[in-house]
Amino acid sequence: MTGQRVNNRVAAPADAVGDRYVRPRGVHPRLDSPDYRSTRLRAPGQPLVPLPQRLTEITGPLFGTDRVTDSDADLTRQHDGEPLGQRIVVRGRVLDGDDRPVPHTLVEIWQANASGRYRHAMDNWPAPIDPNFSGGGRVVTGADGTYEFTTIQPGAYPWGNHPNAWRPAHIHFSLFGRAFTQRLVTQMYFPGDPLLPYDPIYQSTPEAARERLISRFDWDATRPDWALGFAFDIVLRGRAATPTEEPHDD
Amino acid sequence: MTDPTPALTPSQTVGPFLHLILPWPDGPDVVPPDAAGRIVISGRVLDGDGNGLADALVETWQADPDGHFAHPDDPRGTVASAVAGFRGFGRAATGPDGAYAIATVKPGGLPIGDGGMEAPHLDVSVFARGLLDRVVTRIYFDDEAAANAADPVLAALPDPERRGTLVAGAEPGGYRFDIRLQGDRETVFFDV
Repeated sequence: MTGQRVNNRVAAPADAVGDRYVRPRGVHPRLDSPDYRSTRLRAPGQPLVPLPQRLTEITGPLFGTDRVTDSDADLTRQHDGEPLGQRIVVRGRVLDGDDRPVPHTLVEIWQANASGRYRHAMDNWPAPIDPNFSGGGRVVTGADGTYEFTTIQPGAYPWGNHPNAWRPAHIHFSLFGRAFTQRLVTQMYFPGDPLLPYDPIYQSTPEAARERLISRFDWDATRPDWALGFAFDIVLRGRAATPTEEPHDD
Repeated sequence: MTDPTPALTPSQTVGPFLHLILPWPDGPDVVPPDAAGRIVISGRVLDGDGNGLADALVETWQADPDGHFAHPDDPRGTVASAVAGFRGFGRAATGPDGAYAIATVKPGGLPIGDGGMEAPHLDVSVFARGLLDRVVTRIYFDDEAAANAADPVLAALPDPERRGTLVAGAEPGGYRFDIRLQGDRETVFFDV
C-alpha cells in the first residue's frame, strides 16, 4: 500500500509535511460505491485533490451547550406523552485518534421511530408515525469526552435501493470535534442485526473498519426497570505523530 | 506502508432525513443580519444529470474579514472578530431545486508562513444522500484576481482549467457559487 488514498482516489500523494491531523486511510467508505444506488449520480468522478492543512483546516467551529436545550438529550420526553418502543440509553466517549477525549463538543443525532418511520415529509412508507416521537436530539460531551442520551430503539425500514431492500436499525450521528478536518457524520448500528450483511451503506465501509460502527450492549448503561443500554465510542481524526512547529507552514 | 490510521470511526451518509435536527433556524447566518459588509453566497448543488439536490446540506467555515479565527489552535493567537456576532460557520439545507444560501462577510487572506498568502476563501463541506463521506471544496471570489493568482491551493491544482469551479461570481448583494458533484464542470473536491 502506498501513500495514495485507498478508499477514495486522490490526484497525487498528499504532502504530509505540516499536516496537523492524520489523513484517514482505509477508514471511510469509497464515495464511488455503486451498490448504493444514490452514489451513481452524486459521487464525484474526478480524483480528490490533496489540500494542505492550513489555518482554515486546523480550526473549526466550537459549539457546545449554547446549542442544546434541556429536552434535547432525552428523545422520550419531547412530547406530552411517551413514545412507543424499547427505551434505550446510548452512551460513549468521543475521542481523537490519539485516545484523547474530545471535550465540550456538540453531538447531533436523529433516527426513525420504533416502527422504522422517520417523522419527515419524504418518508411515507406504511408504518405508523408516533405522535410522541420526533427523533432528533443533541448532547454535548463532558470534560472527559463522554456523552449520553435516552431514546427509543429505532426500527428497520425498507428503502428503494434494490428489490426488498431494508436498512438495518441505526442512529445518525453528527460531530464537529475541534477542527474542520475532524468533522464527521456517521451512523451507529446495533449488535447482532441480521440486516447488516445486506446493507450496501454499511457494506461500503472498508471491512477492517466496519465493525466500529456497531454499538455494543452495555449492562452498565442499562437502567433497572427503565431502559436497556448501548455503548458507542466515536473516534475522530487525531493529531499527526510529529506535528511541526507551524502546522500552517508548508 | 502499514496503515497509520488508528481506529477512527468511519463516515456514513447523512441520508435523506437530516432535516430532523441538522438545519438550525440561524444556520445560514454566519453574521447577524445587520452586520456591516454582509454578503449572501448562494447557488445550487447539482448531480451528474444537472438536477438540483433537494436533500443536501452545505456547511462553510472561514476567517473573518481580518483573517482571524477565534480558535485556540490558531498559532497566531485567538483574536476576537471586529465583526460583532461573527460565527465563522454556516449551515444551510438545500431547497427543492438544490438551492442554498449563506449570509456572511468576505474573509480576509491568510498567511501561510513563507511570506505567501492564501486568497480569501471559505472551506465547504457538502453532505447528502448518496455521499458516503462529505465532500470538501473551497469558495474563492472572482473579484480577488490578484490574490487568487498568488494562492498556493489554486496554483497546485492538477488541472488548471478546473480552477474556475472554485471561484464564486460577484452578483448584486453577494456571490454565486454552484457545486457540481459530477459531470463536465465537476467542482474540484479536496482530500483534506
